[in-house]
Amino acid sequence: MTTQERGWKEIPPAGVCWKPSTEYLTGDWKTYKPVRDLEKCTRCLLCVIFCPDGAIHWKAEEEDIEFDYDFCKGCGICANECPTNAIEMKLE
Amino acid sequence: MFSEWRFTAKDIAQKPDLFTSGHRACAGCAPATVLRLVMKAVRGPTIVTNATGCMEVVSTIYPYTSWAIPWIHTAFENAGANASGIEAAIKVLQKKGRIKDGQIDVIAFAGDGGTYDIGIQALSGAVERGHDFLYVLYDNEAYMNTGIQRSGGTPLGAATTTSPAGTVIPGKLQYKKPIADIMVAHEMPYVATASPHYWRDLITKARKGIEVNGPAFLHVFAPCPRGWRSDPSKSIELSRLAVETCIFPLWEAINGEYQLSAPSKVMALSPQKKKPVKEYLQVQGRFRHLFTPKFEKMLEEIQRLTDERWDRLLKRCGLTQPAKTA
Amino acid sequence: MKSVVKQEFLALNGDEAVAYAAKQADVDVVAAYPVTPQTIIVEKFSEYVANGEVETEFVCTESEHSAMTACITASATGARTFTATAAPGLALMHEMLFVASGCRAPVVMAVANRALSAPINIHGDHSDTMAERDSGWIQIYAENAQEAYDSIIQAFKIAENPKILLPVIVGLDGFTLSHTLENVQVLPGDVIKKFVGTRQFPFITGHEGKTVSFKLDPENPLTIGPLALQDYYFEFKRQQEDAMKNALKTIRQVHDEYAQISGRNYGDGLVDPYYLEDAEMAIICLGSTAGTVKTVVNNLRAEGVKAGMLRIRTFRPLPVEGILKALEKVKAVAVMDRCMSFGGCGGPVFHEIRHALYDALAHPYVVNYIYGLGGRDTSPSQIREIYKDLQRILQAQRVEDPIKYVGLRE
Repeated sequence: MTTQERGWKEIPPAGVCWKPSTEYLTGDWKTYKPVRDLEKCTRCLLCVIFCPDGAIHWKAEEEDIEFDYDFCKGCGICANECPTNAIEMKLE
Repeated sequence: MFSEWRFTAKDIAQKPDLFTSGHRACAGCAPATVLRLVMKAVRGPTIVTNATGCMEVVSTIYPYTSWAIPWIHTAFENAGANASGIEAAIKVLQKKGRIKDGQIDVIAFAGDGGTYDIGIQALSGAVERGHDFLYVLYDNEAYMNTGIQRSGGTPLGAATTTSPAGTVIPGKLQYKKPIADIMVAHEMPYVATASPHYWRDLITKARKGIEVNGPAFLHVFAPCPRGWRSDPSKSIELSRLAVETCIFPLWEAINGEYQLSAPSKVMALSPQKKKPVKEYLQVQGRFRHLFTPKFEKMLEEIQRLTDERWDRLLKRCGLTQPAKTA
Repeated sequence: MKSVVKQEFLALNGDEAVAYAAKQADVDVVAAYPVTPQTIIVEKFSEYVANGEVETEFVCTESEHSAMTACITASATGARTFTATAAPGLALMHEMLFVASGCRAPVVMAVANRALSAPINIHGDHSDTMAERDSGWIQIYAENAQEAYDSIIQAFKIAENPKILLPVIVGLDGFTLSHTLENVQVLPGDVIKKFVGTRQFPFITGHEGKTVSFKLDPENPLTIGPLALQDYYFEFKRQQEDAMKNALKTIRQVHDEYAQISGRNYGDGLVDPYYLEDAEMAIICLGSTAGTVKTVVNNLRAEGVKAGMLRIRTFRPLPVEGILKALEKVKAVAVMDRCMSFGGCGGPVFHEIRHALYDALAHPYVVNYIYGLGGRDTSPSQIREIYKDLQRILQAQRVEDPIKYVGLRE
C-alpha cells in the first residue's frame, strides 16, 4: 500500500480522510503522453474541459494551456477531441 | 426560475476543480469527466453525497480524497436518502440558528446501479418528499465497479458479465429502463438528460438543477471504455454519437413540460442528420456479437426501438417529425 | 438520593413516554418509518410537529433503511437525530446499523422489541435487538415506561459524548411496555434541555490539514465514509471497540448525573441487582420480565428463600465487572432469554453470562430458560418453577437440563 502505517490511536475516527488526492500522482499510469503542436493549437480549451483527470490546466498569466504529466493517464481523449488535431499521443 | 448563468470555456477552465486530480478512475473514464463538469456548476457552499460505485470508490481510497467540499458516503442503495438527511439537517439547524444562514446546496451522485435498480426506492421517496437537492445519475449502463454486471440501465443487446453474449442468447434481452421519464412522472420541478460531449449544455443543466427549489434529476450519459470495450480515447466521442443516433436524446422537462435541447433539436429539424445506430454500436466491443449473421436481426430491433422512443419524445415535445434513418 | 427537581405525573404508555422524551431533548431531525408496536412513537411525534410543539424536521422516509440512512447523514451534518423501529424494520436497517456505528454517528433509536418473522408475529420478544448485538450500537433495555423515558434522555448524552460517539438503542418490550399505560414522572423541559445540552463535536484533522469540528461543513470540508482497504479497516474497528469500553464509564456517569436531578436510579446504570447481597440463587433477565421476577422474589423472600435477581440494563457494552460483582455469592443462576440463537446451545444472554463468569474464581451453576417468544406471557408461577429448579440443582449438585423452555407445549 502507498500510505505510511499509522496505529489505531493516531488516525482520526470514523475514517475521515486526511490526505488530498492531489498527493497521489497517477502520471505513472500512462503509456502514451499527449504532445501539442503549438501552431495548430487554437486555445479552444476543449481538452481542458474534457480531461477526466483535470490534468490539463489553463494558465491565465501565460494565456496558454499546460499538460500536467503528474496526473495524465494517457487516455487520449484530448487528442481525439481536439478540433485542429493539434495533439498527438506519443509513446512515453 | 433560473438565473440564466452565462459562462465561457475560459470561465470553466479557470474554475478550480472541486473533484480533484489524483482519483483512481480508469484512463478515459467519462463518468470522471461528468463529475468534474457538474462540480463546475457549483455556485456556493455545497455538500455532496455519493452512492457506492465507481466514482465513490476511485475518489475516496483512504486516506486520500478527491473532494474539495464536504462529502459523505454510506451505502449503495441510498443516495436519495443520504441527500434527504443532509437537507433536513441543514433546514432545521439554520432555523434553530446552530449553523449560519445562507444557501447550502446538496448534490447526490449515483451510478446506474445505485439509481435504476437498488437505489430507485430511496430516489423516489426523496423526490416525493420534495427535498431540495440535485440528483445526478452518471450512467455507464452496467454495474461497472463490481465487474460489468447488467443493470436496469443496460441497453438491449449489450453484453455484460451477467447478460453475456453466448451461442444462444445475444446479450441483454430487456430494454433500457426509461428512468428519466419515470422521474418526470413524479411531477418534480426539473428533469434533464445530458451528455459530456455537449459540455455547455451539461453544465447549464447542472446549474439549473442546483438552482431549482426542490428536487432535480439529471441523467448523464457516461461511456465506460473498460465495460463497453471501447477505446479510452473515444469516450467523449461516443457520448456525441449517442445523441446523433438519437439513442440518448437530450431534453429537459421543466414542471413536466418536455423540451428538446439544441443538440437533439438539430436531429428533429433535420432528420437526415440522424445517424444509424450501427455507427454507434460498431465501435463498442459489448455489441460485437450483433455484427454476426446469427444475431444481426437484433440490430434492426435496436434501430426500431430507438426510432420508437425518439418518435414518442418528439410527440411529447410537440414536434411530429417521423424518425427516418439513412 | 434526593430529587432536586419537581416533576409531574403523566399517564403515558411506553411509546408515548419515548416520544415525550425525544421532544424534550430538543431533537433536530427525526427520520422514521412506522412499524408495530412502535407506531405510537412516530404518530405522537408527528402530532408534536403538527402543533408546533417541537422545532424538528420530521422526515417520513419510505422505508426503515432510508430512515436510518437519513439519520446518519443528518447526524453527520450536525443534527441531533432520533428514530424508532421494531423487528422487521430493525432487520431492514441491519446494513445501516453497522454504517451508523462505523461513521460514529450518535443516533438514538428506540426499539419496541418485537419478534422477527417468519412466521410473522407482532408481539414482544428480544430477537430483533439481539440479532444486532454485534453492530456496534450501545444497547440499554428498559424495565418499564418510566425507565424508557429516562433512558432516551440519557441516551443522547451518552451517544454525543466526544469520547464515545456511538449510536444508542433503547429497547422497550413490544406491547407490554410500548402500549401499556403507566404513571410516568417527567421532568420539566428546561431541566432536560440543560441536562442534554447542545450537541458537542470532537475535533478532527481532515485532508486540508486543518483541525475542525467533526461534521459536514462547507467552510471546513471533510470526507466521511471512504473506502478503507486491508491496510486500515481493522484500525477503525479497533477504535469503535475502544469507544465501547469507554462507554461503560460514561453510561454510569450519565446515569448518576440524571439520578441526581430525577431521584431515580437503575442499579448503577449498567446492572440492576435485586436482593443479591446474600442470594444463593438468582435469575438474570432483561426488560419488563424483571418486574414479574421481582414480585416472585419478594414472595420467596417472605418465605425465607434466599432468592435474588439481576437485571441487565446495559447489554452492550457488556458490563462484565458489574455482572461478576453482583453474582459473587450466588451459587445457581438461571438466565432467561427472550430470544433463540439457533444452533448455539442456548440463548444470547446465556452465552454472554457464561462467558463473563468463565474467568471468575467461583463458578455457579448457570442454566438457560428460553421464554416469552412471540409475546407469550410468563406468569409468576412459571418463574417460581425456575427458582424451584435452581433449588433442585443446588440440592442435587447437578444440572440435568442446561437449557429449558418456559411454557412451551411439547
